[in-house]
Amino acid sequence: MSKSDVTRRGILQGGAIASAGFAVPTIFSANRASAFTNEPTGSTATLGFNVPQTGPYADEGADELRAYKLAVEHLNGEGDGGMMNTFSSKALNGNGILGKKVEYVTGDTQTKSDAARASAKSMIEKDGAVMITGGSSSGVAVAVQALCQEAGVIFMAGLTHSNDTTGKDKRANGFRHFFNSYMSGAALAPVLRNAYGDDRKAYHLTADYNWGYTTEEAVRSSTEALGWETVNAVKTPLTETDFSSYIAPVLQSGADVLVLNHYGGNMVNSLTNAVQFGLRDKEVNSKNFEIVVPLYSRLMAKGAGANVKGILGSTNWHWSLQDEGSKAFVRSFGTKYGNPPSQAAHTCYVQALLYADAVERAGSFNPCAVVEALEGFYFDGMGNGPTLYRAKDHQCFKDVLVVKGKENPSNEFDLLEVVEITPVLQVIYPDDHPQFSGGALGTCNSGA
Amino acid sequence: MFGLNQKDGQLILIIAILVFLAPFLLNPFPVESELAQFNAGYPDLMQRFIIFGIFAIGFNILFGLTGYLSFGHAAFLGVGSYSAVWMFKLLSMNIIPAVILAVLVSGVFALVIGYISLRRSGIYFSILTLAFAQMSFALAYSVLTPITGGETGLQLALDDPRILGQQITEQGNIPVPSLFGLEMRDSMDVVIGPWLFTFNVGYYVCAIIMMISFYIAVRIFRSPFGMMLRAIKSNQQRVNYTGLYSRPYMLAAFVVSGMYAGLAGGLMAAMDPLAGAERMFWTASGEVVLMTILGGAGTLIGPVLGAGMIKYMENIISKINETILHEWFRWMPDGIEDLVVTLIYPFIGKGWHLTLGIIFMVVVIFLPGGLVEGGQRIMRLFRRRSKSRNTTNSSDTFDSAS
Repeated sequence: MSKSDVTRRGILQGGAIASAGFAVPTIFSANRASAFTNEPTGSTATLGFNVPQTGPYADEGADELRAYKLAVEHLNGEGDGGMMNTFSSKALNGNGILGKKVEYVTGDTQTKSDAARASAKSMIEKDGAVMITGGSSSGVAVAVQALCQEAGVIFMAGLTHSNDTTGKDKRANGFRHFFNSYMSGAALAPVLRNAYGDDRKAYHLTADYNWGYTTEEAVRSSTEALGWETVNAVKTPLTETDFSSYIAPVLQSGADVLVLNHYGGNMVNSLTNAVQFGLRDKEVNSKNFEIVVPLYSRLMAKGAGANVKGILGSTNWHWSLQDEGSKAFVRSFGTKYGNPPSQAAHTCYVQALLYADAVERAGSFNPCAVVEALEGFYFDGMGNGPTLYRAKDHQCFKDVLVVKGKENPSNEFDLLEVVEITPVLQVIYPDDHPQFSGGALGTCNSGA
Repeated sequence: MFGLNQKDGQLILIIAILVFLAPFLLNPFPVESELAQFNAGYPDLMQRFIIFGIFAIGFNILFGLTGYLSFGHAAFLGVGSYSAVWMFKLLSMNIIPAVILAVLVSGVFALVIGYISLRRSGIYFSILTLAFAQMSFALAYSVLTPITGGETGLQLALDDPRILGQQITEQGNIPVPSLFGLEMRDSMDVVIGPWLFTFNVGYYVCAIIMMISFYIAVRIFRSPFGMMLRAIKSNQQRVNYTGLYSRPYMLAAFVVSGMYAGLAGGLMAAMDPLAGAERMFWTASGEVVLMTILGGAGTLIGPVLGAGMIKYMENIISKINETILHEWFRWMPDGIEDLVVTLIYPFIGKGWHLTLGIIFMVVVIFLPGGLVEGGQRIMRLFRRRSKSRNTTNSSDTFDSAS
């Protein structure tokens, strides 16, 4: 008979120890059995501001962060309240969100999707953020939006202009207030026709990445609908700083309009190169040569200096707007920081307020309740006129500004002038438009 | 045991214990305390420690043993990630096929790049690998957008086929990566008094894989093959003159190292199902070089320490902002508080690169053997204090191979 060490006592002892071991976590764990991810249980609610603090869009990131800090102040009842006073919904009353004081954590996206996700994850996992917002590029927005969908928190996109954010990469937990490539194209086209006529030959230089593609497509299809001809479309590497070799062939092509689908430093460099080449003084096909920049921002105009004079483009918002909301925002931003806000700051501030308001109206931080409150939400007083958050793709529909580089700027912020406010009906599109096809919203995820 | 000598066995045991107790060790501060800022025990960062540890271990097989400095290792990491995400899209959300494919594809990729690059040595080899990595990055960023997702990265979508697994969860969402039903992002929070410890499934899966890859690395270091690689490092010409053809050894080392990178990339995608082109950017390749040198090139444990150090800086130091500093120094008189905050501010938050740079310089100048050498010096100091007799050359607590 084989000798065995198994004894009754041994088994009992072992069993007791093992079951104690299994029981320990259940004894000690306060079991954060909350209804959804990061439910704020204390007297505060934490928001995560994920903006580029380093890298090519650091300037915009810094301005976004200023706007968020201002928004937190206003939500907590400090300062003059800014756009909370002009906002058509009156659910917010300056005592935080649902009576909980708003706190925030910040992170650096570095304008890289990996870094942005790492930063957002640490906000969700470590700091208990119940909402993530910010970002200054579409790659980051799409990546973080998908992460928030998985984790079960709300994502309020910052500056992201690519169609994909609310097109093929849309998510139920993600919302975008900023306008998109399609709207830029649709808003610009009529203005371009009035200014430059309807038999133009366009030459596109396009930043070689996702946003560049969607912008080129949008501008192309809306200008071709006017009767313009697209002579050529050349992709330029994102890291390019000298565009002379791309500009030189433009003159030989017989084109009389150059469209620069560039953003940030790219646009500053390509526009400067184009102007230095004397393109704007040329006459082709017995018409003046023109340059168009689909997406403009004040920070870019500042970088390009005098070269932007007279160049048309579109923008989401500009501080010189004279509606009550814009004025209130510019006033409180200017008082606090000494300069007018950029369009990135505006969209971020509005997104923070819209989220807070949706939570108040829903009566809960639960992402699914917030999604419901934001879907189809119609509001006004936030600087863009009456605005709709469409339920089908979580995109805001509002007027789009067509702007022009000012000929005689009176100060360093006064670089753009509004040429036309294109009404929302001209830029709206069906949610199954080919430029937005593919992808599905899915259903909201609360992480429960 | 397992073909290890006693010293290596002990090392592996120590690492295993450290890795498995990491959720406790990395969260030493109570949740509500001011110092909780420095806690690193949340799942995402712990997974990163491990994954970049694997990446650095693999890099060290090439750099530490043969002395060939590859400046393009991130390309393999990226390729691994893309393969894994494609598996999630096409096959199922189980991480096993994803990780296996990641390792295989990056191995093949490394074979091709290694075959060409290894025709040159020294700086020319480094430049070649760098060129290949940048090329892969540029391709992934724009030309190959249909395969790689371009700038936005490769993502899962609701309408992906996932022929072997579930396509959509009952709630109508994209399923999450899992190991036979065990979801990677599942965590158990254990609250003991004011402390909170998080035990994450994904972390432990990574940890087990890292222990296996570490064990394989140890075996490679101790094998005749490893000895051959060291011979190449000390004098490749002499190896050639003795009639040995060294290139197949180099290529093998390069491929193994690339497969490690692919494994790391696959795991990254398994923990967070997205693959972005930035993963292949040259700075990412540079980062693993930094990790290895910071920790101690050619040592077994060094690269893992280096990886941990850099990821900690990137994720913890970079999140300290001005408001937090003011809170810490609130007890000081007003003027001094502002002064102290102004002095420290450039080194935290977005200035974390500066801090890392300074640490790197200090390590390279004063501890050429990396953090491992620092550890050894401290050990020696203790031994001298305790006046034990055998102080002769007892520096090999952590084995230094070169």
